[in-house]
Amino acid sequence: MQLARVIGTVVATTKDAGLAGCTLLVVQPLSPQRETVGVPLVAVDTVGAGRGEEVFFVRGREAAFPFLPAVVPTDASVVGICDHWHPDGGAVASPGRDPRARRRAARATKKGRN
Amino acid sequence: MRLARVVGTVVATRKNPKLDGAKLLLAQPVDQAGEATGPTQLAIDGVGAGIGELVLLVLEGRAAGTALGRRAAPVDAAIVGIIDPAS
Repeated sequence: MQLARVIGTVVATTKDAGLAGCTLLVVQPLSPQRETVGVPLVAVDTVGAGRGEEVFFVRGREAAFPFLPAVVPTDASVVGICDHWHPDGGAVASPGRDPRARRRAARATKKGRN
Repeated sequence: MRLARVVGTVVATRKNPKLDGAKLLLAQPVDQAGEATGPTQLAIDGVGAGIGELVLLVLEGRAAGTALGRRAAPVDAAIVGIIDPAS
């Protein structure tokens, strides 16, 4: 799995039937120091992540596991939203900097979705 | 398996239910000289590793799910051993 930031969404009307109803997010992999690593990729959302939030995603066959028994043809899925992380001896990281993402996270916590 | 050094911990309240209770660690793959190789991975901890320790990291889903003790968990990386410090 890798840390990433959600930097956008993808809208695709014509797609494999297995992807119907899936939210497609553009995620930029991050280092623990929040530097970008590699190129952005498209991942299926499984946790209700939004733009600006810091998440982690899984690659490969396991990316389809959250949807079982449905078969979703994906090789990358966002499986968690980071509250914060603690790099080696560094400062405590904060959640997503986008104020809308912060409000959304607060609402979700109130609803007991955590 | 890869050699890796644990470089951090991650807290995530909202995550896939199969990951509930799992300890998430940031593991930086390293070579035999201890130099970082490749991107930092977020791995499930199956052995109680701590920050700074040199560990064995599997980067494959089936083995990672086994380390977590849950079938069909959406994980692709797990820490499965702690390398003894050289005396």
